[in-house]
Amino acid sequence: MTPRQQRMVLVLFILAGAALTVGLTVAAFRQNLLFFYTPSQIVADEADTAGRTFRLGGLVAEDSLQKSADSIEVRFAVTDTAQAVTVSYSGVLPDLFREGQGVVVRGSWQDGIMIADEVLAKHDENYMPPEAQAAIEAAKTLEQ
Amino acid sequence: MGTSVYATLGRLASPPVFYRIAEASRIWLIGLFLLLFIPGIYGALIGAPPDYQQGEGYRIIFVHVPAAWMSLFIYVNMAGMAAVSLIWRGKTAAICARASAPAGAAFTALTLATGSIWGKPMWGTWWVWDARLTSELILLFIYLGYMALVASIPDRRTAAAAGAILLLVGLINIPVIHFSVDWWNTLHQPATIAKFGAPSIDKAMLMPLLLMAGSFMVFYLAVMATMAQALLLEQEASSQWAKQAAS
Repeated sequence: MTPRQQRMVLVLFILAGAALTVGLTVAAFRQNLLFFYTPSQIVADEADTAGRTFRLGGLVAEDSLQKSADSIEVRFAVTDTAQAVTVSYSGVLPDLFREGQGVVVRGSWQDGIMIADEVLAKHDENYMPPEAQAAIEAAKTLEQ
Repeated sequence: MGTSVYATLGRLASPPVFYRIAEASRIWLIGLFLLLFIPGIYGALIGAPPDYQQGEGYRIIFVHVPAAWMSLFIYVNMAGMAAVSLIWRGKTAAICARASAPAGAAFTALTLATGSIWGKPMWGTWWVWDARLTSELILLFIYLGYMALVASIPDRRTAAAAGAILLLVGLINIPVIHFSVDWWNTLHQPATIAKFGAPSIDKAMLMPLLLMAGSFMVFYLAVMATMAQALLLEQEASSQWAKQAAS
């Protein structure tokens, strides 16, 4: 091999080595790198959440939002359409929070309800003008 | 055929030729930048309709998304030039890699800053340690680490070789950044445009976004070429062409 070919092989080895290292690391930490668990994972107790603070991600279930009459507490259900978890939160909700919207909630269990200390809105990847959204809603109503 | 392509590339990469091309192209690059940037920023701030959910606040994506693309593109470009400088011992390739780093670091910092400003009202937090945000932050550290490493080695060849190896090892972070939103549950949303299937963004919003991305690309080329010229002059200070060019 010429010196140039040797250097080419060296570059390929560096790339392959780095890819292998990161690939194995990613495979090993697959679970730990999850930013949140889904309601199904929580209900199946895959996350070992008892007595711990954890994050739950999913959609705010339609018609589940209840506001307390005498405090800022709100209750809502977070669902992945298969399972749902009831969440209680006292604090300021982000702009994008609404029913049907994705959220990520951090908190822990208390009497079978998840008491949240942080609620983040998860944005979707769709961008469109309000008129387009209205047209989609209208089309949905027609179908029903 | 193969040899003649190599020969042409080799000639282009000779420092005096590269210097002259960079010098002559600068005015065109600046003109092209303005040609793309002015309609782009007009479309971004005024022309495009508000978003159905985020209202006017979404307009920060016209800076955030192109800056994020550039932060990845510049890195891949630098790693490619690093490989050329290692394998073919290209002087100009090493200098172009080095001249790209400040622009890459700046675009990465811009991505993180605009994302953070958008995240506070929309998500409800400035920062979360999810896979997308964390891997982009690591990219910033790689850029800064590369710049510090290359600057700290006085010998030009050693500096270029050490920097090139760092760039090649760090290249693995790029697919991790891009696919992080698919591999893990993240707070950051998945890709809108760089995905299989049609982009899920309205055309009236996509156009200014692409114009902004094009202008960022041309801006990078202009900055990189100018900085490469300065580095070439410095490095070749004793040669005849550099004395002529600088006089």
